[in-house]
Amino acid sequence: MAVIKVTEQNFKSEVLESSVPVLADFNANWCGPCRMLAPIVEEVSEERRDVKFVSINIDEEDILAEDYGISSIPCLVLFKGGEEVDRMVGLRPKDDLLDFLG
Amino acid sequence: MMYDIIIIGAGPAGMTAAIYARRAQKSVLVLEAQSYGGQIINTPEIENYPAAANISGFDFASNVYNQAKALGAEFKFENVLELRDTGASKEAVTKRGEYSARAVIIATGSANRKLGLEGEDRLTGRGISYCAACDGAFYRKKTVAVVGGGNTALEDALYLADVAEKVYLIHRRDSFRGDEATVERLKSRENVELVLNSRVTALNADKRLQSVEVKANDGSVRELKVDGLFAAVGRVPENQSFSNLIELDGAGYADSDESCRTKTAGVFVAGDNRRKEVRQLVTATADGAVAATAAIRYLNEG
Ligand SMILES: Cc1cc2nc3c(=O)[nH]c(=O)nc-3n(C[C@H](O)[C@H](O)[C@H](O)COP(=O)(O)OP(=O)(O)OC[C@H]3O[C@@H](n4cnc5c(N)ncnc54)[C@H](O)[C@@H]3O)c2cc1C
Repeated sequence: MAVIKVTEQNFKSEVLESSVPVLADFNANWCGPCRMLAPIVEEVSEERRDVKFVSINIDEEDILAEDYGISSIPCLVLFKGGEEVDRMVGLRPKDDLLDFLG
Repeated sequence: MMYDIIIIGAGPAGMTAAIYARRAQKSVLVLEAQSYGGQIINTPEIENYPAAANISGFDFASNVYNQAKALGAEFKFENVLELRDTGASKEAVTKRGEYSARAVIIATGSANRKLGLEGEDRLTGRGISYCAACDGAFYRKKTVAVVGGGNTALEDALYLADVAEKVYLIHRRDSFRGDEATVERLKSRENVELVLNSRVTALNADKRLQSVEVKANDGSVRELKVDGLFAAVGRVPENQSFSNLIELDGAGYADSDESCRTKTAGVFVAGDNRRKEVRQLVTATADGAVAATAAIRYLNEG
């Protein structure tokens, strides 16, 4: 499954109202570790079809970043039933991502 | 399978070593705990590497990685937990297995030193940061503190002074180890307050950092309300797992000779984890070339 780009407009429908867990990757183009993490998230999304993967650009979506108190990127936030259940900050290897998703 | 050379760490030093080793037709396995690139991927701009007037850390890392891959270096993303020496061969142990080679180059670099405070790990990314250049932008018009007394701390404070409403610079002594000129520039900034002869003793938080407790050498205690705390208290070399085979100095850096040889035949070190004066990209890549050349000679003579 591909990683979907999410904006303030479709955040509610794609993330909060999703029937499956959502992993939101908050990132920015200028952030090297984010660019390193992106292909790893992509790879994990191929393996974990039970989870929806979305990408949120914090420069374009500063309101979402502010709402979720993002203060370091990359930041992966896991949502279940519209609620944040966990978050992971910084570049991590694939195994850690798989563990994070449980 | 027995490789000619195993390289531990795919930072600038390790990947440069891979390039040199592959060009000498040696089989190479690079083992990396996270992702290729090392520390340098954190910086959006490199301006002091010869022949590249301005390049991002990500592009620098990707270029070196692609160059090493194209030459036939093999990469596996596994953390090396232990290194064993059986004389003729060395074994690198990871969670998934063991890999053998006749020579090993340890190019594990360094990691951010932590403050050692309770809650620090949990609050990383929730108010605590180790990289002002990476996370500073999140503190626009907010109050932050920087901890440390070296050049990194001074430059971080100066950078944050442009972004944040107010910056405290907390340092345990009354003078700085960094450049005098940077200190003077900081002192002239109205929104920077120096908190000297003091150390951070506790982090107060709910979901994210709310304030820090600062204790002065005279025993007085202050609470500073901050949205962010930037730790700039140095870096620690990642050599602990290999101390059975290499000599470490008091600060944990690996001893080696000019050819990057260690006390164990066939084990070499390259990059920021090595004892030396200058820890920069140019010296890391230089070490990679030197260590690979020494390893190639070791293989050819053995
Ligand atoms: C924010 C920032 C900006 C910088 N800007 C510049 C600049 O402009 N110019 C400049 O010249 N230098 C700069 N530097 C310094 C430069 O990044 C370092 O000198 C250089 O990266 C050192 O390279 P290295 O390969 O020795 O180590 P590192 O870059 O630290 O790489 C070591 C690698 O080894 C891996 N590793 C560690 N332990 C293990 C293990 N047990 N098993 C497997 N893998 C392991 C790590 O994950 C890492 O990828 C900067 C550093 C930082 C943090």
